[in-house]
Amino acid sequence: MAKVLVFIDNPGQALKKSSLELLTIARTLGETAVAVNGTLNDDVAGAFGSHGAAAIFRPSSDDLDAYLVGPKAAFLAGAVAASGATTVLLENSFDGKEIAARLGIKLGAGVITDVVAVDPDGTAHKSVLAGSYTTTAKATTAVCVLTVKPNSVTPEPAGAAASPEVLTVDVPESASAGAARITGRTDKPASGRPDLTEARIVVAGGRGVDGDFGPVEELADALGAAVGASRAATDAGWIGHDAQVGQTGKTVSPQLYISAGISGAIQQKAGMQTAKVIVAVNKDAESPVFEIADFGIIGDLFQVLPQATEEIKKRKG
Amino acid sequence: MKIIVLVKHVPDAQLDRHLSAEDNTTDRADSILSELDEYALEAALQLTEARGGAKAGNQVIALSMGPAGAVNAIKKSLQIGATEGVHLRDDALAGSDAAATSLALAAAVRHLGADSPVDLVLTGMASTDGETSLVPAQLAERLGLPQVTFASELEVDGGRVIARRDSDTHYDTIEAPLPAVVSVTDQINEPRFPNFKGIIAAKRKTITTLSLAEIGVDPAQVGKAGSWTAVQTAAARPPRTAGTIITDEGDAGIKLVEFLAAQKLL
Repeated sequence: MAKVLVFIDNPGQALKKSSLELLTIARTLGETAVAVNGTLNDDVAGAFGSHGAAAIFRPSSDDLDAYLVGPKAAFLAGAVAASGATTVLLENSFDGKEIAARLGIKLGAGVITDVVAVDPDGTAHKSVLAGSYTTTAKATTAVCVLTVKPNSVTPEPAGAAASPEVLTVDVPESASAGAARITGRTDKPASGRPDLTEARIVVAGGRGVDGDFGPVEELADALGAAVGASRAATDAGWIGHDAQVGQTGKTVSPQLYISAGISGAIQQKAGMQTAKVIVAVNKDAESPVFEIADFGIIGDLFQVLPQATEEIKKRKG
Repeated sequence: MKIIVLVKHVPDAQLDRHLSAEDNTTDRADSILSELDEYALEAALQLTEARGGAKAGNQVIALSMGPAGAVNAIKKSLQIGATEGVHLRDDALAGSDAAATSLALAAAVRHLGADSPVDLVLTGMASTDGETSLVPAQLAERLGLPQVTFASELEVDGGRVIARRDSDTHYDTIEAPLPAVVSVTDQINEPRFPNFKGIIAAKRKTITTLSLAEIGVDPAQVGKAGSWTAVQTAAARPPRTAGTIITDEGDAGIKLVEFLAAQKLL
């Protein structure tokens, strides 16, 4: 049976939904092993077992986080050799893609990013050119490395839980020799809202909010949604760059995307046109966003959004 | 300083973009210098200008790999302020994936560093066509250099590069000795536009064309044959069609919620 290795970086207290999705996809491809960097608590180890992992590989070194990417790729290369995996799955973050990139060179393995589905034969499905094409691609090498976007599958535990064996992979000291060192870390304040790329619902504001994200945030909170923004809004400094949806920001594919005061030019469209349902509110009837909206309201977001927020609160009691 | 900036000639993202029906490669008509590469070029110019610019012997080399048209990305870079251009051009490169691209670029960087050492290789955070972000990390791995990627602030001091890298939950300070591969985000600076003087000056700057043979790369290692991934099928996504559009008559907020309820999205 084919072997699949899933890389989980610093799981913390509990596995993220995107990590559970990787484990769920892995089971459809073969026997699953996990390579985990960072602290491994009992709950997380238990979750690996209940999602069918037969083995857990941990690095011999505990300072991989002191360096950018390189040593993690070296650890993963060791875990691939130890597990005999022919498919490696990682999350589709900046770090995930770069670890995949370096791992690919170390192993002579093809790397495919932004994957949304994987067939049992290793064929990967993805969108390209900002969602204007869907493609299938396959590695032509013995090992393939795939980074998978969040919200690609519904996470499910395995039918039968496994009791994974925990093994140590030796990380050579040379792995950190040529690596950039992380010399300082500053945490950003947590918003308490769902992660933008993983959220089921996104409410986004643009130039039309004119510096006031209040109505956008209140609607987002009523819906349990993440807050997004157009580049015009982040460039104006009204909201952090983390919130930017679009070509140079994040690509999101939520169940529902509510666009408020965003014209919907190509830069923005590139980041959200694969959303299942798009709702747009804009004063300008000529805004391109109305060409792709399932439900569009020509109106003032400062009237429409608070009214919708009140109505949702009323209905939810 | 000697800085190589990687620049790519990509289809204009403001227009509709297409894949070739024949072999699923990108249609490169209506291409421009990748917007994200302008930030890398600007970062290189700021670093060298702070050290006396070209007059003090600083070099900003715009390196592009691509077919004949890619020279336009190099010309634009020279107009903006790069001191010289290098065009890696060979029919065997067509269809290269990230791994094959990084192999060819690594050989070109080594070639350009043969006479005097390169201090920095600067790139954008991604190309706006392939959008994989793999090449900078793969280039660093192949060259055995530190990678300092997704820099939103960058300084070079005492033979070290110091950068800020943002993630959603935190930002890091990253340090590495030179030489290094650095990719920068669109948050790092405001790229300048070419001015009239720059456009005139660019006509006198040199563009060197390199073939695979000149940088010592076997054509079998690049292009479709040398790539480790292959695109098998490509289908244009059906365009989204407009749905119901209403004009607010004082109750649009409620109608919005009714729509969400009907779609089972509440």
